[in-house]
Amino acid sequence: MKRHLISAADLSRDDALLILDTADELARISDRSIKKLPTLRGRTVVNLFFEDSTRTRISFEAAAKRLSADVINFSAKGSSVSKGESLKDTALTLEAMGADAVVIRHGASGAPYRLAGWVRGSVVNAGDGTHEHPTQALLDAFTMRRRLGSLEGRRVTVVGDVLHSRVARSNVLLLATLGAEVTLVAPPTLLPVSVDSWPCEVSYDLDAVLPKSDVVMMLRVQRERMNAAFFPTEREYSRRYGLDRDRVAKLHDEAIVMHPGPMNRGMEIAAEVADSARSTIVEQVANGVTTRMAVLYLLLGGADLGGEDK
Amino acid sequence: MAEAIPHAQSHVHAVLEGPDINRALIRISHEILERTKGGEDVVLLGIPTRGVYLARRLAGHIRQFEGHPVPVGSLDITMYRDDLRTRPARPLGRTELPADGIDDKTVVLVDDVLYSGRTVRAALDALAALGRPRAVQLAALVDRGHRELPIRADYVGKNLPTSKSEIVKVYLEENDGRDAVLLLKEDEK
Amino acid sequence: MSPVSPVSPGSIVIKGARILGGEPADILIEDGVIAGIGRDLAGDETVEAAGLIALPGLVDLHTHLREPGREDAETVETGTRAAALGGYTAVHAMANTSPVADTAGVVEQVWRLGQEAGHCDVQPVGAVTEGLAGERLAELGAMADSAARVRVFSDDGKCVSDAVLMRRALEYVKAFDGVVAQHAQEPRLTAGAQMNEGAVSGRLGLTGWPAVAEEAIIARDCLLAAHVGSRLHVCHLSTAGSVEIVRWAKSKGWNVTAEVTPHHLLLTDDLVEDSPVGAYNPIYKVNPPLRTREDVEALRAALADGTIDVVATDHAPHPVEDKETEWAAAAMGMIGLETALSVVQEAMVETGLLDWAGVAERMSYAPARIGRLAGHGRPIEVGSPANITLYDPSAREEVDPGSYASKSRNTPYEGRTLPGRVVATFLRGRATVLDGKLA
Repeated sequence: MKRHLISAADLSRDDALLILDTADELARISDRSIKKLPTLRGRTVVNLFFEDSTRTRISFEAAAKRLSADVINFSAKGSSVSKGESLKDTALTLEAMGADAVVIRHGASGAPYRLAGWVRGSVVNAGDGTHEHPTQALLDAFTMRRRLGSLEGRRVTVVGDVLHSRVARSNVLLLATLGAEVTLVAPPTLLPVSVDSWPCEVSYDLDAVLPKSDVVMMLRVQRERMNAAFFPTEREYSRRYGLDRDRVAKLHDEAIVMHPGPMNRGMEIAAEVADSARSTIVEQVANGVTTRMAVLYLLLGGADLGGEDK
Repeated sequence: MAEAIPHAQSHVHAVLEGPDINRALIRISHEILERTKGGEDVVLLGIPTRGVYLARRLAGHIRQFEGHPVPVGSLDITMYRDDLRTRPARPLGRTELPADGIDDKTVVLVDDVLYSGRTVRAALDALAALGRPRAVQLAALVDRGHRELPIRADYVGKNLPTSKSEIVKVYLEENDGRDAVLLLKEDEK
Repeated sequence: MSPVSPVSPGSIVIKGARILGGEPADILIEDGVIAGIGRDLAGDETVEAAGLIALPGLVDLHTHLREPGREDAETVETGTRAAALGGYTAVHAMANTSPVADTAGVVEQVWRLGQEAGHCDVQPVGAVTEGLAGERLAELGAMADSAARVRVFSDDGKCVSDAVLMRRALEYVKAFDGVVAQHAQEPRLTAGAQMNEGAVSGRLGLTGWPAVAEEAIIARDCLLAAHVGSRLHVCHLSTAGSVEIVRWAKSKGWNVTAEVTPHHLLLTDDLVEDSPVGAYNPIYKVNPPLRTREDVEALRAALADGTIDVVATDHAPHPVEDKETEWAAAAMGMIGLETALSVVQEAMVETGLLDWAGVAERMSYAPARIGRLAGHGRPIEVGSPANITLYDPSAREEVDPGSYASKSRNTPYEGRTLPGRVVATFLRGRATVLDGKLA
């Protein structure tokens, strides 16, 4: 594996399978009463969050603590960052603290790459702008594998605001690596102009794609996009691209419904669909901790090869 | 994953061949039964990879002698090792406990080679996170000495005096396609 | 009527230089003027130039000197040193300073600072609109009539996007033979834009700067210029589509000229994703953005066939802290004065697209003509002002940003090896650079 996890493209097929297999074993541990492992004793993980994301931060924090790492939460709000400190100065501060890993959430695409140039520890991307969110893709793949078995040849349909979605980017890359067939469904305004160069299919017609889908992943659609004319009204979006009961009925019996959260119930997904037996939304949260444990263990648990790729 | 087995050469010395290994395991099975009053409340936990196969074999022999099964499981100790930072992160093995768990049982840890004792130390830590056995014992196919911790085996297939520069390799049918214990010089590994 | 700076006494002879890459000859300079060209000429001082190419002093139509206002990034003094070291004898200083160069007072200040520095002539560009705000015309006539004699007007950095305002500007400057140099960028199509919109921006999740946002403005402006019968100059053209539009406008006989930057002739947008200095390194952040390989090929071809008239540096210095940031927070722009000729050699000369006469046309004659800059962009012949650049095309040097005279370090060529080296620059017979160092 590489030293950092910034893009899902950093992972070879073997790397990805190693993470998922490791997460499988770790999931067994999270079922027992003593969940803590001594593996990362004495190592420091910094959660560097420039955007509010309590759920992702807590997930990484739980993962690091279950591995006995020391966790420092560095939230941009109310810190020196909000007083104008640059990312580089923040990075140098973390470096001085001896961070072995920095988990970064940032509103600017690519910020983790910049950070990786300024710190010695491993950088884990916990979501950067509209670029990527690779641990989300890993936990999604882990969730799919638990429900469906191997992802080879499985058909995954990702629906919604692909243009602005870091979850979509990471999922397309990781699922392609794992041999799944991905179809993106969105209004053309919410797809990158270059989407034909991505390793996936594209459709504007959700109803046509559903019957052959094993997984339907709904992306959050922000209401503000409406103001920038990406779609006319919430109602029209929901009618054309929302997942309601009638659409779910088109899925085959084993097919599952996923959502990275937080959901807009009634917009991209109907409440009864989100709460149905097909929905993995709650599992995704639980699986987030074990998947992130696997990532932290594999990045930090071994020898420190001093900047070399492991 | 099967490893390539070195060709028999003058400096590769077969310590145990197939039948020897089985004889040793049969003897250990008898000893376990003796020491645990007929195997009552015994749980065999193999340490992956080869310890698991050895534990299953021991359980098979015990069932043959006593007519009742002994619970077998596996105990992965990777996350408890004290030498993680000497090598790239390794894949995890499987931990699988029998349905009745290990509380108040006599747990016999099974490993292929007993050397520094650090693996057993890690196994004891791992066990403590899983429950509270009444007693913990240790069975090893080969004890090659050079302990670095105050740990000894309760059951030993073969005591094998070695030099630290030598390598002990255990091959098992289930994993490697053949049963053998080889002693290799450092430069032959 | 170019600005006057001291002329060195006595005569200089440049020995054995290849004028525009031709046969070796001696060039005799007397009283700031080329007094003779031939063999075995003699003067008070001799400059050995065997193996060097003599070019007319380069003229940049597009330089950001940052003074007044951002002296932490560049000053007239440091910027013109960089210009001289890059072989330039005149630069056009863009108007987006603080305060904006939108009055006679500011352009005269910049012009005077250039005179005092003395490394090359500084010809201020005036803003088209007050404060570059795109709302009301600045006092274009006052700037034209000032000591700075402004002829080029530009809101560069911002586009004059209002069609009526652009039309009026084009019409108004006819009165004093001015030209509007447009930064072609449709603002609504580029809100929040970070890099070229294409496969790379899609993967990187960076807001795209679509080619059409440049091309739509260029097309509109060409039509407007034709309609009012005025001169239009298109700044830093960057796409294959823009080339087609300018080619079409020229085929109609319209008075449209265009420039391309050295970096758009060499670099592509995939550097944002994968480069020796890491992904998302804002050293590659520039406006207009780096485009694709196809665009680079089209720009080179257009520069070769004359569709694009000029290579202009768009030298845009920024302090380190404005580049050592996350991509979205970084400033746009690259420095370029000290590498321009080398990049043109690599992109155009070594590819066989342009000879040295072609380089002289595009980096000296044409920009001086468009800027109405008397005393610059004249052929190396007897009677011309002695503005001469001596260049060694056989040199190969690794780019070391620390070695540059510019106050800023934001060169995109760090770590690359570029061909060629400016050995000497003469401004009206006075050496501003000798042996590759400031004289």
